[in-house]
Amino acid sequence: MRSDPIRSLLTLGAGLALIVAGGTSPLAAQGKGTIKIASQSPLSGGQAALGEGIKLGTQIAIEKLKGPLEKQGFKVELVPFDDQAKPDVGVANARNIIADKDIMVVIGHLNSGVAIPSSEVYKEVDLAMISPANTNEKITDRGYPNVNRVCGRDDVQGPVGAEFAASTLKVKTAYIVHDKTTYGQGVAEAFKKDIEKKGVKVVGFDGTEEKSNFDPIITPIKAKNPDLIYFGGIYDQGAPFFKQAREKGIKSKFLGPDGLDSSDLVKIAGKAVVGMYYTTAAAPASSPQAKQFADEFKKKFGKSPEPYAAESYVATAIALKALESVTSGGKAPTRPAVSKAIRQVKYTGMTGSIEFDDKGDPKKASYYVLQVAGDNPEKWAENKEAKRLAIAAPTATK
Amino acid sequence: MSIDVALLANILPQVLIDGLILGFMYALIALGYTMVYGVLEFINFAHSEIFIVGAFVGVEILLSLKSAGRLDALPWPLVLVILLVAGMAVSGALAVTVERVAYRPLRGAPRLIPLISAIGISFFLQDLIRLVESIWRNAFNLVYPTIDVLNERFELTPTIDVSLKSLVVIVAALAMLAALHAVVNRTKLGTAIRAVAEDQTAASLMGINVNRMISLTFLIGGAMGGAAGVLFGVQYGLINPYTGFIPGLKAFTAAVLGGIGNIPGAMIGGLVLGLLEAFAASYLSLLTGGAFGAEYKDIFAFSVLILILIFRPKGLLGEVVRERA
Repeated sequence: MRSDPIRSLLTLGAGLALIVAGGTSPLAAQGKGTIKIASQSPLSGGQAALGEGIKLGTQIAIEKLKGPLEKQGFKVELVPFDDQAKPDVGVANARNIIADKDIMVVIGHLNSGVAIPSSEVYKEVDLAMISPANTNEKITDRGYPNVNRVCGRDDVQGPVGAEFAASTLKVKTAYIVHDKTTYGQGVAEAFKKDIEKKGVKVVGFDGTEEKSNFDPIITPIKAKNPDLIYFGGIYDQGAPFFKQAREKGIKSKFLGPDGLDSSDLVKIAGKAVVGMYYTTAAAPASSPQAKQFADEFKKKFGKSPEPYAAESYVATAIALKALESVTSGGKAPTRPAVSKAIRQVKYTGMTGSIEFDDKGDPKKASYYVLQVAGDNPEKWAENKEAKRLAIAAPTATK
Repeated sequence: MSIDVALLANILPQVLIDGLILGFMYALIALGYTMVYGVLEFINFAHSEIFIVGAFVGVEILLSLKSAGRLDALPWPLVLVILLVAGMAVSGALAVTVERVAYRPLRGAPRLIPLISAIGISFFLQDLIRLVESIWRNAFNLVYPTIDVLNERFELTPTIDVSLKSLVVIVAALAMLAALHAVVNRTKLGTAIRAVAEDQTAASLMGINVNRMISLTFLIGGAMGGAAGVLFGVQYGLINPYTGFIPGLKAFTAAVLGGIGNIPGAMIGGLVLGLLEAFAASYLSLLTGGAFGAEYKDIFAFSVLILILIFRPKGLLGEVVRERA
């Protein structure tokens, strides 16, 4: 908390250093110029595992798919930014990003609460952003021409969870806990609304920013003994919560959104979360294409891809495709042209075929319910698919 | 929604236990703030990091034992004693070093200067821990390995049970508070510390080595913080380099609540704050039919705190009175 201003300064410094380093690259002078793709995600702090995945997914895509652009004489570079999962840092980085005229696309963010204010900055110069992970409705409901996402939406993720809980798990009572963030509370409220419609009784709805001591929250839950506990939030908070709940003898089923989708969840909570369900817009690594990506990723970086690494790859692939179309004939791309071209791209990859509607949502997104298979973090990618739903994005309600 | 009185009564013992554990943790940390204030009239804001260093020492020892395959071979009380002693030693030594490096050279300076220095040290330590852990373990969040015996629960009623872990935390905290009380009040060293707190010049005229007593104060305060860190890790299981900040702030509040500079005050302040927080978090949503949830626990706890301080501005037990020469 109190270290925020200092750290933003540091990040600003680091960001500037990156830009300077990029600008002085000797190769840039030889060709037609450099096209930079920026990634913005938390590379430090509690959510760094997921953020790093976004950066590496982007990196692998650029390295693999930059060929056509290089043939045109462009140099393609990745510029990673660390938003620290904080809105103020994200916006400060965004200012640096728009100041660098070579950056044509931003791949990011992890957190909706960071993506929303940062994309306001990108919009000023019509710089395209493709989000691999931001599921909050507001991301695309603002109708910005430059903002897109390859993943699903919270207002669908909540209902997917509710549908699964009510008709597959057949629970009668649910207790909902959320982390008070745009993301966590958003999903939790959507879940609550929908599950109540399906006749499940919500016996408690609590928000907390607590990160370590969940005792006082668990006590009333235990007394009410619900069939299901839904946690709307991110794994670094969800994991200790679930762990302490099991340690206190709570036997309810656990369900949560894609914020819990990280191998760190089992690293922290261990066997407490085995059998837990989570909904996600990230495709499980079971399809052959996804498996090939996972193998490649592992070979290159020595670890399994975190969730959203594949989505980042897809987002970057779409960006590169759009860049190819605007640079045909070797002309330099402009930011508005790239933004426009992205909406025209039709891409089929490991997460299915993606085509954006006029808000930047994928025309049809897949949602999955997965179950945690074991307490070994290495085997997170082997979590089993319990249910799959393909749902179109709802039309904007103004 | 009507209030379910039976439910409220049912969970009361559990809430009390939760509150006591939290309270003892705050009390142990608060001692570091209050003892230093008592002697130097200065708030050691780096204490929250000294506290969390204890937790890191604990997790490092547990992880090393685990990777050496010794964790299950050793009896758990021995493991716990090793953790506590190591945590106290490292945190105590760190507190003394911080005092020597960052506070002693500034002792003659206006009172705000060492305060700024303390905040600087706090930043420095946070990021130092982060640096060391990211190089050493490549991890940000560190998980305390579970000692299964400690998770054993004694079921009192269907809704209430106590884990062995909670009992251990309470007993360990009580033992340490009692030991500290005895040292400060019954020994020559304790008398010397109290003399320095009362009047440094007079104490030095009586042949007391003031610098050494100040170092000793930091050592004891740091050691208590380190012990609290170990217990915090064992109880809640997950730490990161920034975890210390919020408990540190709460413990500082507890010290003020009890009357800063007053050792029994810190203990009582910690317990009061811990209980208030547990009550608020568990009961607010039940009492208000969900209108106010657990997220309002701090607002509630701190409102009560402000009320107490309005009527007793010197804290529950009063500030230690010093007569300036």
